[in-house]
Amino acid sequence: MKEGRSLSDIFSLFASPLHFHMDWQGQKLAEQIMQIMLLVSAVIAFVAGYVLGSFQVMMIVYAGGVTLTALITVPNWPFFNHHPLNWLDPSEAEKHPKPQVTVSSKKKGSKK
Amino acid sequence: MHSFGYRLNGLLTFSVTILAIMCAITSLSDNLNTPSPSAEIQVMNINWFQKQPQGNDEVSLTMNISADLQTLFTWNTKQLFIFVAAEYKTPKNSLNQVSLWDAIIPSKEHAKFWIHTSNKYRFVDQGNNLRGKEFNLTLHWHVMPKTGKMFADKIVLTGYSFPEEYR
Repeated sequence: MKEGRSLSDIFSLFASPLHFHMDWQGQKLAEQIMQIMLLVSAVIAFVAGYVLGSFQVMMIVYAGGVTLTALITVPNWPFFNHHPLNWLDPSEAEKHPKPQVTVSSKKKGSKK
Repeated sequence: MHSFGYRLNGLLTFSVTILAIMCAITSLSDNLNTPSPSAEIQVMNINWFQKQPQGNDEVSLTMNISADLQTLFTWNTKQLFIFVAAEYKTPKNSLNQVSLWDAIIPSKEHAKFWIHTSNKYRFVDQGNNLRGKEFNLTLHWHVMPKTGKMFADKIVLTGYSFPEEYR
C-alpha cells in the first residue's frame, strides 16, 4: 500500500513526450542565457538606435534579439540535458524498504 | 524554469520590462538636445475690424509666418504641434490668449517653413477693447515624443497693434 504520492511518481509524469523538460543544470543555464541575451540585445538595440538616430532601428534590433533568445532558451535543446538525474525505477525501489522510525509507546509494545 | 510555458512566460515578462526601461532612457536622452528655434511673424493686412451685434470686437488678419524649428527634432520626436496666439491685456482680463492658427509638423524636413495665411480661427474679443490695443503674437510649440515626456515652449514677438477705428 502506498502511503502517498512520492516524488518519483510526480517526476515520472515528465517522462512523457508531451512535456518539454530540462534537467536542473539545464534550467539554470537556460535562465542565465535568457537574462544575459535579453540585456545584451537591449544595449545593442539602444546604441544602434541612438547612433543612427532612428527609433525604428532600436525596436527592430530589440525584437530580433528577443526572438533569437526565445529560439535558444525556450525549447529544450539537447545541450540543456547533459546532466540528467536518473530516478530509481519503482520496481527496484520496492526491493529496498524505507527505514522505519521506531516509536516507543507506553501503551503497547512496538508493533509492525 | 521547468517547463516550456514557464520559460516562455519568463522571457516575455523580462523582455517587456526591459523594453519599458529602454523607453524611459530614450525619453531621458531628449534632455541632451539643446534646441535653437527661430520664428518671425508679419501682419500683412488687417482685412476687417468690426463690432459684432452682441457687442464683441472681431478682427480678421493676414499673416506671414516663417520659422526654423528643425533643431527641436530628436530621434524620439513623433511630430511637432505649433500654434500662433495673440496675447493682450484688457481691463476685464489680465491676460487674453486667442489662438489664431495651428499646424502639425510631421518631420524635420517640414520644420523650416514659410506660410502666408489669414487666421484659421476667429479672433473675437470678450468685449470691445481692441481699438488701438497693443498685442503680442506668440508661436508655441509642443514637441510630441514617440515615447516619454512632451516638451513645450514658445517665442514671444512683440510690437503689434490694432487700428484706432473700425474698418
